[in-house]
Amino acid sequence: MTMIDIPSTIRISLRAIRVNKMRSALTMLGIIIGVGAVITMISVGSGARQRISEQISSMGSNLIMILSGATTQGGIRMGTGTQPTLTLGDAQAIQRECPAVQYSAPTHGGTAQVIFGNQNWSTAVTGTTPEMLYVREWQLTEGRNFTNDDIRSAAKVCLLGKTVVENLFGGIDPLGQVIRIKKVPFTVIGVLESKGQSPTGQDQDDVIYIPVTTSQKKIFGTPFAGSVRMIMVKAKSAEDLPLAENQITELLRQRHRIGPRQENDFTVRNLTQMMEAQEQSAKVMTMLLAAIASVSLLVGGIGIMNIMLVSVTERTREIGIRMAVGAKTWDIRLQFIIEALTLSIIGGIVGIIIGIGTSELISSTSGWNTLVSPFSVILAFGFSVLVGVFFGFYPAYKASMLKPIDALRYE
Amino acid sequence: MALIDVSGLCKTYVMGEVKLNALCGVTTSIQRGEFISIMGPSGSGKSTFMNIIGCLDTPTEGSYRLDGIDVRGLSRDQLAEVRNKKIGFVFQGFNLLPRTSAIENVELPLIYSAVSGKERFERAMEALRVVGLQDRSHHMPNQLSGGQQQRVAIARALVNRAPIILADEPTGNLDTKTSNEIMELLVTLNQDSGITIVIVTHEADIAEYSKRKIRFLDGRIVSGN
Ligand SMILES: Nc1ncnc2c1ncn2[C@@H]1O[C@H](COP(=O)(O)OP(=O)(O)OP(=O)(O)O)[C@@H](O)[C@H]1O
Ligand SMILES: [Mg+2]
Repeated sequence: MTMIDIPSTIRISLRAIRVNKMRSALTMLGIIIGVGAVITMISVGSGARQRISEQISSMGSNLIMILSGATTQGGIRMGTGTQPTLTLGDAQAIQRECPAVQYSAPTHGGTAQVIFGNQNWSTAVTGTTPEMLYVREWQLTEGRNFTNDDIRSAAKVCLLGKTVVENLFGGIDPLGQVIRIKKVPFTVIGVLESKGQSPTGQDQDDVIYIPVTTSQKKIFGTPFAGSVRMIMVKAKSAEDLPLAENQITELLRQRHRIGPRQENDFTVRNLTQMMEAQEQSAKVMTMLLAAIASVSLLVGGIGIMNIMLVSVTERTREIGIRMAVGAKTWDIRLQFIIEALTLSIIGGIVGIIIGIGTSELISSTSGWNTLVSPFSVILAFGFSVLVGVFFGFYPAYKASMLKPIDALRYE
Repeated sequence: MALIDVSGLCKTYVMGEVKLNALCGVTTSIQRGEFISIMGPSGSGKSTFMNIIGCLDTPTEGSYRLDGIDVRGLSRDQLAEVRNKKIGFVFQGFNLLPRTSAIENVELPLIYSAVSGKERFERAMEALRVVGLQDRSHHMPNQLSGGQQQRVAIARALVNRAPIILADEPTGNLDTKTSNEIMELLVTLNQDSGITIVIVTHEADIAEYSKRKIRFLDGRIVSGN
């Protein structure tokens, strides 16, 4: 025979919120801070992750790096690259003979002073082959790639990264201009599109590519004929990576005449795995941030429970009066549930607005990437409503079970 | 048939080892339209008795029929309904909702019996007019004098046309002049509207307003039955 007048109950609840302004504001504050913190933290974390995966894909996909020198030698750890063992021939043979490899490109070179007119700039000058742009999935904004003729003839031509163009040329179109690398004149035949930072924080656009042969013979020299520092390889697909690694190792052991019991004089590294490890750590960071923020949401929830408990206790007489004039069990419970729900919904909405605002502020002031995901908004809001109802219901339930006389007599 | 009919009513409080009989074998009946005052020394069980007949508390033993209904068999919500429809309370400490206007306090019993907004307002205004406070309808309790607050409480007791008003020391917090005004109001309600009124008081001259006096001593009725 319980009949509950819902609209009146809602009106009573809203009145009670208005009548107790300070208490309502404090209750909401807990939720606002909790929801805001969760949204902000998750947005910072997922922003960082998004940025890392952008940087990783900017490196090019399915990459393998081959460095000269063994990782260990006779039990003594040697730095890779300590002994030059790789050659241009190796790079070309890998592409020709390993079926799982799509492209292979050598690198050779170092840092050099570059001059154009009265401007000068110190940058990484890398000798390579036309395949480099395919390995790195790198486009030209203008001009052309190297040709095999450029390599054969050790032509004095170069491709410039965007940072180099900006520092040497200002507003002038670099195409066809002549720059000097270690005093040797080079004609600019192309400009590379911008790639931004690498996952390790280097400016990938601060680079000049020249034909590998030119680098070997005219600029940096070689310890022995055809020697290169490193070979970069693009496998046909992600699934082909392990296969490509095996094929490369086998081929190089043959070419370097390494006996069955001897160690490799080169090191093969799967770049994708290294990158994935970094992405993984960013994921962990996001989770960590979310965990920290969840604690504040929980604290906010406990705040609501405290205030609801105190408020129900403080209002025990009010509950007694209501019971004396005819309020039934669910009239009392609903009143407090609706109060808690209203507070946590309003608090949740304000928290979302503040969370999104703070994320924007962080990204505009610190330059960090932030990414507000709908998931984090739903999570934070849902949790705050749940917390509100749960912690609101418990004290209301307790109050509704009091004997009217005990509620009225409550001091 | 008597409006209130109790027999063998006992209320025992157990506090640890000690058992305390606040009421012990109270048997009485109250007829429709009576004006009764209950007297007796402090701790004699007057309030305990009032709370039980007001369905705010339950007896340990004994039977209670209110308007023909056996109250002991009712559920919490059914008791709430009985309080809502049959009983108006007036307390020594007024017991108005704080920060809530006079009219809204008076409307409260109507909210819990699902009376619509417009009718609720009209009936609450009418009740305030009966107690002479129609021009104070939007005052908060703390903007009203003690006597005025008690009038609001009486209006709240009247508003749902309950046949009984139970008033536990309604003048306990008021001066003599205001006390007499409140008592005259209750007498008017008793005579004009036929509302049954039961009050508890310590003061002999307040008790003089009633037609019948019941005396309590140590949880028993010693006279007035
Ligand atoms: N909740 C309770 N727990 C234990 N004992 C109680 C409780 N309520 C009342 N009592 C005891 O019951 C007895 C009767 O109390 P009651 O309040 O009915 O007295 P009273 O006649 O109204 O007194 P007064 O004139 O002072 O208001 C008292 O001895 C009191 O201590
Ligand atoms: Mg008393």
